[in-house]
Parts: sequence; structure tokens; C-alpha cells
Amino acid sequence: MKPPRFDYVRPASIDEALGLLAEHGGNASILAGGQSLIPMLNLRMAQPALLIDIKGIPGLGGISRDGDQLVIGAASRHNEVLHSPLVRNAAPLLGLALQHVAHEAIRNRGTLGGSLALADPSAELPACAVCLSADIMAASVRGERTIPAEDFFEDLYATALAPDELIVRVQFPACDDGWRFAFDEVVRRRGDFAIAGVAIAVRPQNDTIADCRIVFFGIESAPKRARGAEAVLAGSSLSASVRERACAALDDDLTPIASGEYSPAYRRHLATVLLARVLDQMPAGHNGRL
Amino acid sequence: MDDYSEPTTDIACTVNGAQVHTRVPVRQSLVDWLRHGLGLTGSHVGCEHGICGACHVVVDNRVVRGCLMLAVEAEGQQIVTIETAAPSDQVRALQDAFYERAAVQCGFCTPGMILQAADLLTSNPAPTRAEIRETLSGNYCRCTGYQAIVDAVEAAAHALRRWPTGNGADASPDRSRRDDSRNQQE
Repeated sequence: MKPPRFDYVRPASIDEALGLLAEHGGNASILAGGQSLIPMLNLRMAQPALLIDIKGIPGLGGISRDGDQLVIGAASRHNEVLHSPLVRNAAPLLGLALQHVAHEAIRNRGTLGGSLALADPSAELPACAVCLSADIMAASVRGERTIPAEDFFEDLYATALAPDELIVRVQFPACDDGWRFAFDEVVRRRGDFAIAGVAIAVRPQNDTIADCRIVFFGIESAPKRARGAEAVLAGSSLSASVRERACAALDDDLTPIASGEYSPAYRRHLATVLLARVLDQMPAGHNGRL
Repeated sequence: MDDYSEPTTDIACTVNGAQVHTRVPVRQSLVDWLRHGLGLTGSHVGCEHGICGACHVVVDNRVVRGCLMLAVEAEGQQIVTIETAAPSDQVRALQDAFYERAAVQCGFCTPGMILQAADLLTSNPAPTRAEIRETLSGNYCRCTGYQAIVDAVEAAAHALRRWPTGNGADASPDRSRRDDSRNQQE
């Protein structure tokens, strides 16, 4: 239960970190909060030759509002995001989700960029990034590029990030008061990784749903929108029959993970249970903040 | 790296108020360094992958898992462990209450529980039992069944509300006063 040997370096600037990544790429791991990397090292599931500790680098933290964008530095800790008034106003879904992310001591260290880069299929924040149409900004010595969250998560622990790229910040479109959000998950013990969960954003207009986005996690190998269920809900009221049809549409929407502790049938069952639960929360929403 | 070299690096930080300059293996966890390097064995090593909470220490005023942080990451930081000579009022009240309420059996989880509960009582002087359970959800106890632990945190919160306000050892009431408040509760 001790990590394998590795070399350790603490670059002082983003450029220096990117240079190291360009040189070492796949043999290096970025150390940010370390709340997933260090367990993986201790269990020897990861054996990088080099750890690049980015915590001291100026410009990777901070939460700010830039016009209609909420900009969160990749090294922002979960608790900073959870308690940020800017986040509460512009992306309240993140706060709903972060209450479920691990425990206080881990939220004090873990980072947003780290969670996204790891792409654990049962993690909360990747699903939120997809649900909120976030843009993930990745830098390398070749320059900076924007990766929409929907294109970022490719498979189990696999992302669109190249080996020499570093997430530097994440931009969330600030949502106006017209949106309502709900978040729920099924978990064996509070704070554990979820068996399955769902993030939902709904924009009601009069008595119908003008727009909605539904993203599950822990069900498929990577979070993606459940477009069939979204199509059922769009333009409809939240009647019992619409809810039923939305849940039924998940059958075609989802391709559950076939391996692991839980069967695909059970994961499908949880998806319908979770969608029904978050839809039930919708009428209770007020001013976009449940 | 050849077959035998162990990469090490220099770190400087404070531990329980004392300046420490030393060289550590870069792969050594913070809690292993505190225990083996400094002899501070009050932080315990349980699961070593962030599940059990026995290794909790305070880094720059925040409770963290000592097994999920490398010693090198402590560079420039202020570390406080359960051994501190200047425990906060919250820590002292919890230590008394855990003893009083028999919230300790083998004691392995206790330092981690107390540091996490002290953090709660600092920000929330009157937590509900549900809030106490939520806060301690990341701390395993395999002996007591938690009931007595939640009782003890509640009792400590109650006792603290009867203490004069102020933080730190200087502002703490003396021992007899604390015993009085305890007696009133019973």
C-alpha cells in the first residue's frame, strides 16, 4: 500500500509545466489535489515515472465571472467551488452535485480539473460539465484549445486530452433564472462513488418544458446526454404519462457498462428510478435554485 | 532512477507550531512522514486510500486525509496534528466528551474523528445529529457503532456553548470551570 518510486517536480509556471508534459507525456502524471491519483499510486494501479505537481502555479486557480461565462480555474478545490457565491448564482447544479462528492476532508483537496481529467465513469462533475455544456480549456506547448464537455469524455477513464495537454480552466455558460436543476445519485454510503446518478437541467415556459438536458453517470462508460428522454420532455408538460414515456425512452438512450459489480439491467433500472426522482423534484424548484 | 535510488527532496513547513526543515522521500505520504519521521503517532494509518479517515491532520486550517497527501506537498504549509500543545477549544471539549461518553473503544479512529468534528463545531456551534453524521461520514469506526460518537459531539457542542467566547488556549476556561459545565449537563 505504498506508492512505487517516482520522480517529483514542482514547476513554477504553466509554461514550465507544459514543457515537462511535452518532454515526458504519457510517463508523467499531473498531481493536483491528488485525491484520486494518490490512492491509485498507493494501490499501484498507476505507476508514473514522474509526478508534476501543479498546485503552486499561479493562474490555475480562481473562480470568476466573465460576461456570460463562469470561469473556474482547473486547480480550484471542490470546497472552493461548493462555497462560491459566483458558482451558486451562475451554475447552481455544481453545488447540488458537490454535496455528494466524497467527504469534507477530500473536498478540501480534490480539484475540478483533476476530476474531469480522471473521467471516472461514476464521478459527479464530468456529468455536470456535460449537462451544463461546459468548455474545457486545454493547454500544451502547441497552444490552447477549447474542448466542449460533450466531446471530452470518451470512455472509461479516457478523455480527448492528449498526453501533453493540461486542463487550465473550465468555462460554464452562466445560466439565467429560467433554468431549474436537480441532481440525485444512488450510493451505498454517503460520499462513496455513486453506483449511478443523474444531473438534469430544465427550462420551463408556461406549463411546459421548453428545453432540457439529462446526463447520467455510473450507467455508461462516459457521461452523455440522454437525447431520447430529452426529446420526450421537450415541449411537453410534466404529466404522469410524459414522465413514463421519458423513462421508457432511456431504454434506447443508454448502453450500460457491461462489466463491474452491477448488471446492465440493474443500471438501467437505476436510471429510470433516478429520472423519475429528479422529475419529481422539478415542481419544487424556485428561481432556478432547488 | 537506477534500481536502488530513492528520490528525495527538501521540505520546510511548520508542524504543531514548530519549524521543520528536512529531507523526505518524494513518495512518502504526509501521515507516514509525521509518524516515522517526526514520531507523531497520533495520526493513524488505516486504509491508505482515503476511505477510513484515521489519518486526518489539519493543513493550513483545513482537515485533510494524511494518506492522500505526500509529505513533499506540505512545503510551506502549517500542519497541526492531534498532538498539538495548543489544541483549540473545540478539540479539548471533544476530547473530554469522547472520554465522558465512552465514544472510544480501541481508539484507532478517535484522532481523526475529533479533528473532523472540531472543524464542524468551529463553523457550526449547534449542529444537528444529522449534520454530525454527515460530517463524520468519512470517518470509519469499527467498534462503537457511532451512536456514542454522535452523542459525544453533541455533548461537546453543548459544553462549548456554555464556555466564554474565544479561541485558543489563552481564552479557554480553566479546568474546574469545564468540569462544572459538564456536571450541569448531567
